[in-house]
Amino acid sequence: QVQKILRERFCHRYATGKLFGIERQYRHLLELLKRTTVHGESNSALIIGPRGSGKTALLNHVLKELTEMKQVRDNLLEENCQFFMKNRFLSGLLQTNDKVALKEITRQLHLENVVGDKVFGSFAENLAFLLEALRKGDRTSSCPVLFVLDEFDLFVHHKNQTLLYNLFDISQSAQTPVTVIGLTCRQGILELLEKRVKSRFSHRQIYLMNSFDFKQYIRIFKEQLSLPAEFPDESFAQKWHNNVQYLSEDKTVKDMLQNLFHYTKDLRSLHLLLMLAVSNVTVHHPLITASDLHEASKQIRMDSKANIVHGLSVLEICLIIAMKHLNDVYEGEPFNFQMVYNEFQKFIQRKAHCMYNFEKPVVMKAFEHLLQLELVKPIERPSVRAQREYLLMKLLLDNNQIMDALQAYPNCPTDVKQWAASSLSWL
Amino acid sequence: MNTRQQSKIIYSWYGNPMSSDRKLRTFQYKGIIIKSERSRTETCIQLGEFILVEGENADQPFVAQLLDLYEDGAQEKHAVVQWFCHITEIPQNKRKLLKREVSPQEVFFDQVSCYDTDIAAETIIKSVMVIPLHLGEELPISLNKEQTFYVKQSWDGKCFKALSPDTFSKLKEANKKGGGIPNSSNSFIPSDIISPLKKEREKVVPSATKPKNVELQIESKHSASKSSLAKERHSQRVANGIKTPTARKKLQLNSPTRSSKGRILGCEVLELLDDDCDAVTPLEPSATKRKVKFTGILGSPPKIPCGNDKSMFDTAEHWQRFSDTIQLSPYSKVKESDEKAKNLNMEDDTISLIGRRKLGSQSPVLTPRSRRMCAQNTSARIREQISILNTLELNQEEDFLSSSESSYSSSSEEEENDVLCTSEKKTKSSRVFSTPKSSRKSSVHTPAKTLKKTPLPGTPKTPRNATPEIPRRSHAAQKPASILEEARLRLHVSAIPESLPCREEEFQDIYNFVESKLIDGTGGCMYISGVPGTGKTATVHEVIRCLQQAAENDDLPSFQFVEINGMKLTDPHQAYVQILELLTGQKVTATHAAVLLAKLFNTPGPKRKTTVLIVDELDLLWTRKQNVMYNLFDWPTQKHSKLIILAIANTMDLPERMMMNRVASRLGLTRMSFQPYTYKQLQQIISSRLNSMKAFEEDAIQLVSRKVAALSGDARRCLDICRRATEICEFASRKRTPEIVKMAHITEAIDEMFSSPYINAIRNASLHEQIFLKAILAEFRRAGVEEATVQQVYHQHVALCRIEGMQSPTISEIMAVCSRLGACRLLLVESSNKYLHMRVRLNISQDDVMYALKDE
Repeated sequence: QVQKILRERFCHRYATGKLFGIERQYRHLLELLKRTTVHGESNSALIIGPRGSGKTALLNHVLKELTEMKQVRDNLLEENCQFFMKNRFLSGLLQTNDKVALKEITRQLHLENVVGDKVFGSFAENLAFLLEALRKGDRTSSCPVLFVLDEFDLFVHHKNQTLLYNLFDISQSAQTPVTVIGLTCRQGILELLEKRVKSRFSHRQIYLMNSFDFKQYIRIFKEQLSLPAEFPDESFAQKWHNNVQYLSEDKTVKDMLQNLFHYTKDLRSLHLLLMLAVSNVTVHHPLITASDLHEASKQIRMDSKANIVHGLSVLEICLIIAMKHLNDVYEGEPFNFQMVYNEFQKFIQRKAHCMYNFEKPVVMKAFEHLLQLELVKPIERPSVRAQREYLLMKLLLDNNQIMDALQAYPNCPTDVKQWAASSLSWL
Repeated sequence: MNTRQQSKIIYSWYGNPMSSDRKLRTFQYKGIIIKSERSRTETCIQLGEFILVEGENADQPFVAQLLDLYEDGAQEKHAVVQWFCHITEIPQNKRKLLKREVSPQEVFFDQVSCYDTDIAAETIIKSVMVIPLHLGEELPISLNKEQTFYVKQSWDGKCFKALSPDTFSKLKEANKKGGGIPNSSNSFIPSDIISPLKKEREKVVPSATKPKNVELQIESKHSASKSSLAKERHSQRVANGIKTPTARKKLQLNSPTRSSKGRILGCEVLELLDDDCDAVTPLEPSATKRKVKFTGILGSPPKIPCGNDKSMFDTAEHWQRFSDTIQLSPYSKVKESDEKAKNLNMEDDTISLIGRRKLGSQSPVLTPRSRRMCAQNTSARIREQISILNTLELNQEEDFLSSSESSYSSSSEEEENDVLCTSEKKTKSSRVFSTPKSSRKSSVHTPAKTLKKTPLPGTPKTPRNATPEIPRRSHAAQKPASILEEARLRLHVSAIPESLPCREEEFQDIYNFVESKLIDGTGGCMYISGVPGTGKTATVHEVIRCLQQAAENDDLPSFQFVEINGMKLTDPHQAYVQILELLTGQKVTATHAAVLLAKLFNTPGPKRKTTVLIVDELDLLWTRKQNVMYNLFDWPTQKHSKLIILAIANTMDLPERMMMNRVASRLGLTRMSFQPYTYKQLQQIISSRLNSMKAFEEDAIQLVSRKVAALSGDARRCLDICRRATEICEFASRKRTPEIVKMAHITEAIDEMFSSPYINAIRNASLHEQIFLKAILAEFRRAGVEEATVQQVYHQHVALCRIEGMQSPTISEIMAVCSRLGACRLLLVESSNKYLHMRVRLNISQDDVMYALKDE
């Protein structure tokens, strides 16, 4: 089925299709790595770009092409092709300090002190061992090593930046050829490097900026939805493609995509949207329609907090309205439960609606429910001494959100609505 | 070696001072006793013996021959030695002069003059055997690998020579004399014997002030007690029930009862000796007693008269000797008595071994000559009966005669007596311990001990055989094809240039500093500072390279070179570990390494070369107490350290800013600062690296160097820009003919490296991100504070959207936008759990944002 192929594409983001608008960077990186492998030249580079701009995808593409090139050229020495490129993926999120990172490097390099995927020994020993290992090699004879540091900015915060210093130092000295590639989304990453680490870094920065315009965006949209050529059912593929073409020209779809494009140029959000739409495809409903996409975009754009408000009871809504009024009166100053309760009491007395007249503990319970939903947040930590009623709180909802939510709230009593609109409306 | 173990070793002089030099206030001694309390062993090492001396590396002690022992005015024990060197101590490049394989047991007679032959006596470990061999001879196979060395050639620092016949014979003699000792050195002394022995020594030590004859008495008494002791040891050995040659069977028969009795008797003898130590003729009764008791124990009646005979002779002999010393008799007489003593000892042997048939026929007035013959006869019989080790015994006995004849002819009469005593003792001990069992025991004993002493210090978990190495690449790297590739290769920072241009002055300064210290054999510190990329480390390495070359050409004394880098250490204290490992190859913990290093640098190390230590990135060795830095800079100030430190760091005022006074003062005032390169220097560097290759335009080089000089003066940056420029050039000229790097390429490379990424990032941001930034600016202007909450910005954002006529976003979307900008660090945001009340700040100036947004 279509669904399977497309789902795989969106979920795994495996390197399908082309990269968009980053041909220059692609060539640069390819050249760089080629020189490392072929000439044994050491290098260091940073790939910088916002989230979802395809940094990892770019790198994966380059590596894939590189191995293919090798296979083409070195037909005779096929066996140890994969030995040629040692690929180290280190993620700053996983390797929280140099110690762990170092062990991971050693493990991935399959050095001889690795025992069944485990690395023993102290940090100092490991460092000395690794440095010794890398020092022994020279340009012409050792196998080039590629270090990929994902979330590079987190490595910067390691103590003394020891790992970075050493990696860059190796790349700047006549040792084993290494290429260090850092992936990060922080623009000013170089300012975080220590001066001697910075001096050793080659200052090659490859920027990925998502610098495409809307037309390209539409093209990407089409390409992402298109089926691969080896799809078995020829006629269905044809039909599908026609449909995609039709969709991309549809006015509403275009508007919707435009909107999304305005929010973010991140391709991942597009994937997410398409994913939601594609999951509606069934045997009976074989093609994506504009309404599917609409539905999906609505889902994506939903406001999470406002959604929560929809599920609240009338009493809780009343409390939120009371808080809103307090915010209006005191201009966003924090409040406590007692103030909210007083405000609520006022409303009850004025309207003389016994139906909302709840006991104080009941109101308290409702208030605590709001607290649990994180619609209300205490400013300070609850201490033992302070009574719960007098803890200072802040409302985490905006007025607009409350009003929007009230509009959509089913069976909302009219007087509550009126009260929400204005605290003085009963007069 | 474990320091704890070493601390329990007590060194004391053997015997009294032989001579003293009033002027220098030194006392010379004939031997030294090394006693280890823990293992209860006691070793006596005498002049002329071969010893092991502690080196930097406990696994590989030095071999030397003991020439002199003395105590100086400060009560410190010194020893003068003749060195032998291992093959490992000879520089690599000289080893090939030898043109043959050298076994680890072979040593070379060291004639290098620069080594200090005066060492502290505390560094002596134990005695060994050094056997001289002729050049063609094969090394004999020996059981006792640990303790035997062979010498074939001499080494004078430049070439190898065959041993001169003179030294050869001298060595041979010394070896034979000392031959018996190593066995005794490791033997066990029963605990109950130690106490009287100690007492006795206590008496010996104060006796230095007593008149001569008393000295003599005590000494001879000492030897007597020694001999009884030795006998007793022997009996113990036998009691242990190991198979001994048939000749000893008689002893063996009695041994079970004797061993215990003998011990007690031995004690008695000693006590008696203690009692009448003031008597003028204490030797007579004591010697008699000893003999009588000994024979008595044996329990064979015919032995008693013989024993009496013996003792009579003994006393007579002793009297003669005594009179000799008093009368200051000529040498020949002393020699005579010497020989007599020898023969007596031999007889002692034979009595216990093969009965006294022969002796019984001998009259007490035998001439020395015939006595000797008789001794030889008896020993020949022994040889017949004992199949394994007699030859050695015989040789030893003969050697004793020759050695005492030749080597002591010039010494004073006091010495003569000493020789007598010692040789006597030696014969006893050698006799006692020439049983196969004891030799085996000692040989087994030592390796066991050393094994225990040197446990693998590294973590045992890591496989020891792990060799740090990256897998080899499957085929060789390509050679650069085009001129640009060639240029790029040369411009790589890692490429080692033939020379370091523009740092000649600094080079010369450092070189002179280190050279002068090397020649003087002293220590010192130098502090080198400069911003990154100004060639500090490169220059220092170049200096070391030159010095090493000079040392190879024998222009300078050779030295050891050690380098540590603060950045490559996980912890400042790891510096000790690394230095020690580089110096000696030991792997220990940080604290232990500190102790060992301190010991190494503080004690007058014999034969130690000067060490040149480079400490890169010094500032990272900073600790709160600064003890690492303190120690590092304290060592060179020690008298014997021979340590030269070159400390490198970035900041010029590091000593003032970071270091405590006491550390800074030890660092001294020898400083040097590397100025950032000027554009002319950078230009020169690039040109020299390119080495007249036509890859760059002149103007292009100038542009790079001016640009970099204006920014930082960092040579690395300069080279990186040039390399990038060649890439760009190559890329641009792919379609056309290859060209050289022009100004345009350089400009592009510089722009690429130094352009601010922020503005570009803002321009490429999505529409709502841009609006959000605008909203922030608007909010800042409204509130007048450079900080706002998301809620406030949100209201502005919605307002802006209304103006633009766009659909206003929801809070969730705004939050997403905000966090994206925060991830790029265009904004500084708080942690997101505050939701609407999260505070936002700009990470770049408002003007930059305005500029970036306006262009649209």
